[in-house]
Amino acid sequence: MPNKTFFWFFLPTGLAMILFIGLPIISTGIQSFYAQHDQIVKEVKKCDPFGCKVSIVVDQEETSKLREAKPLGKFNGFGTYVDRNHLAFDEISKFWKETNSTGEFIDQVTNLPFYKALIFTLTYCLFVTPNVLFLGFIIALSLNAISRKIRGPLIFGTILPMIVTPLVGSLVLFWMIDAKGIIGANLQFLMDDPYLSLKSSKTLTWITIIIYGIWHHSPFAFVVFYAALQTVPQEPVEAAIIDGASRFQRVRHIVLPHIYPVVTFVALISLMDNFRVFEPIIGFSAEGSAQSLSWLIYDNLVNEEVILFGSAAATSIMTIIGIAILLTPVLIRTWREFKTVR
Amino acid sequence: MRKILLTLLFLLFGTSANADGHCGIPSGSINILANDFPALRTFVETAKGCKGSADFKVTHSSEHNKIAVPALTANPSEFSARIAANSSIVPLMNQDLIRPLDDLVKKYGKGIQDSQLITIDGKVMAVAFMANTQHLYYREDVLKELGIAVPKTYEEVVIASEAIRASGKMQHPYAAAYKAGWNLAEEFVNMYIGHGGEFFEPGTAKPSVNNAKGIATLNMLKKLASLSNPDYLTHDSEAIKVEWESGNVALMTLWASRSGTLLDDDGDPKITAATKLTGPATVGGGNIPAATLWWDGFTLAKNRSDKDAEASFIALAHAASNKKMVADAADQAVWLVEGFKPGPKSIGVIEAVKMGAKPYPMLPQMGLMHGALGSEIVEFLQGKESAEQALKDVEAAYTSKAKEQGFL
Repeated sequence: MPNKTFFWFFLPTGLAMILFIGLPIISTGIQSFYAQHDQIVKEVKKCDPFGCKVSIVVDQEETSKLREAKPLGKFNGFGTYVDRNHLAFDEISKFWKETNSTGEFIDQVTNLPFYKALIFTLTYCLFVTPNVLFLGFIIALSLNAISRKIRGPLIFGTILPMIVTPLVGSLVLFWMIDAKGIIGANLQFLMDDPYLSLKSSKTLTWITIIIYGIWHHSPFAFVVFYAALQTVPQEPVEAAIIDGASRFQRVRHIVLPHIYPVVTFVALISLMDNFRVFEPIIGFSAEGSAQSLSWLIYDNLVNEEVILFGSAAATSIMTIIGIAILLTPVLIRTWREFKTVR
Repeated sequence: MRKILLTLLFLLFGTSANADGHCGIPSGSINILANDFPALRTFVETAKGCKGSADFKVTHSSEHNKIAVPALTANPSEFSARIAANSSIVPLMNQDLIRPLDDLVKKYGKGIQDSQLITIDGKVMAVAFMANTQHLYYREDVLKELGIAVPKTYEEVVIASEAIRASGKMQHPYAAAYKAGWNLAEEFVNMYIGHGGEFFEPGTAKPSVNNAKGIATLNMLKKLASLSNPDYLTHDSEAIKVEWESGNVALMTLWASRSGTLLDDDGDPKITAATKLTGPATVGGGNIPAATLWWDGFTLAKNRSDKDAEASFIALAHAASNKKMVADAADQAVWLVEGFKPGPKSIGVIEAVKMGAKPYPMLPQMGLMHGALGSEIVEFLQGKESAEQALKDVEAAYTSKAKEQGFL
């Protein structure tokens, strides 16, 4: 496609991207550098049905003056980024000095909210993404080998987990693993432990969410791989059969190299998706044991009666940076291939 | 023919009922945001009865706290009125989103008692209409069979629960809403106040929960949690209500406003008949109950036209002074409205007031403390952290949020 045609073709999409993705990211970035003005409080008498009491309130007159003068708030630089609820540099250097062993140091650091969330998010990504790729590929291969007559309904059944709304899917599983639910109760029976609870144990909650993630995302990998499998040329496969290549060898040396670009694509998309893991945490009410970066943002925006825009913005920006870092190896590789092809 | 007559009669009756609430609202639009439980539904329905020719809309949602601030910040705001409580009025005050009601009270608030008015710095900011608290519920049949007296302190609750467990009748005899987040933090607040704790250093916004009282509070919560369903960290008020109705629980700390649904005709009649209410328990030898008093009342949005505010006030004041409503729905709530005669379902709140329970702290920075508690004490309950460490985390999490919000 000539560059000029490409430009006009891309223009509407590009404009929409700037308007709906670019500008909000810039605005989020700006907000992350600001904190609220110092609260001006005054002592007043408060009366309710249970009696009167002298207590403090925010002085609205003074505060509104401040707000009018500087509507964005107080400039805080990277203050929000390095505070305890985010990168926590001060705390980490303190732990480094105070703790005696590496284990103790790691314990202290992983107790900080941001690192706790980061570790869950990375664990989730590292377990879900490869398994999704693997499972999706296996399903695609098996369905591709099955008689055409029953393939249609089987494909439909396979992509069901993707059709089911994430929240509904996780709620169904949530009720099944309840201590009184079908899976939870049977596990208690099998393990002979009436206090076993999938929901109260941190490790088991993580495993549940990861399994749910694999279940939910595999159909996407399957659909893309299945489409790619249709383009595998038959001649080399037949030649390999005549040469006596086993099924595994054919997949390893002909099919995989052929669909390799598609694998990269699926890996990229799943990594991005998994890094933003959020719905299962809400669906499983797993806030206590598993927090992700997206959940931290949500928590700052809605869980408190006071909305923490600065905190949420800082976490958002760091999530974007995190995704960029995760994708770099794959992107570099794609770029190199792109250059060699040229 | 009979059918037509009946319909006519019904219509007549209907119009007369409407005429009864002739509040004469000529125009305007009323849009209310409220939490979702039976008493509030009754209250809003009563207000609707006098809408006259005004537009009337209502949103009942248990997610009301998340909607309120953004919706009232918009100008004009989405809602003309918000049913708030001690805690949820604070963010509205902090952001200056609600209007003083003095003029409207003078003009239209004839039936409202002075004790219903929430005044801050001499200005009426809300009109309360019901009181709420968390108190104990117990299964009379189970306690009687095992010869256990009704517990008055949380220490006795623990002993009683252990006895029930030992008898083999129930595996997890105690329940309270320990869902990580707001609910769990609320239980901490109750228990900490029961121990006589203060959340902040006097006169400042500096946190002070990392002390002996805080540790005692956490240990008691853990003790109770070990007697609850192992999934307690995912159980909110609705979930423990279901546990109770399934007969899995014999002792429970729950909101007074939920007693109505617990004692209605749904569910096993044997359990319903054996469900009894008593006052909140004390803890650690203290004499005030480990519970906080709450009021529910209405506030009016600032960013909305005076006409809508007036229309909303007339309708809501009609409900907040409605003797018929409090007589008809006497078992749904402890109404603060004139003419309310407390029934058996009000025991919890009335006992709490008698025992000198404290109201939930109405401080501008309390929401941040509540949020920090809800997420930071979880690991202690899971046994992954010491009580001191958990409380240190609470203070640290609160401090950095309070700094961002400009309180420190």
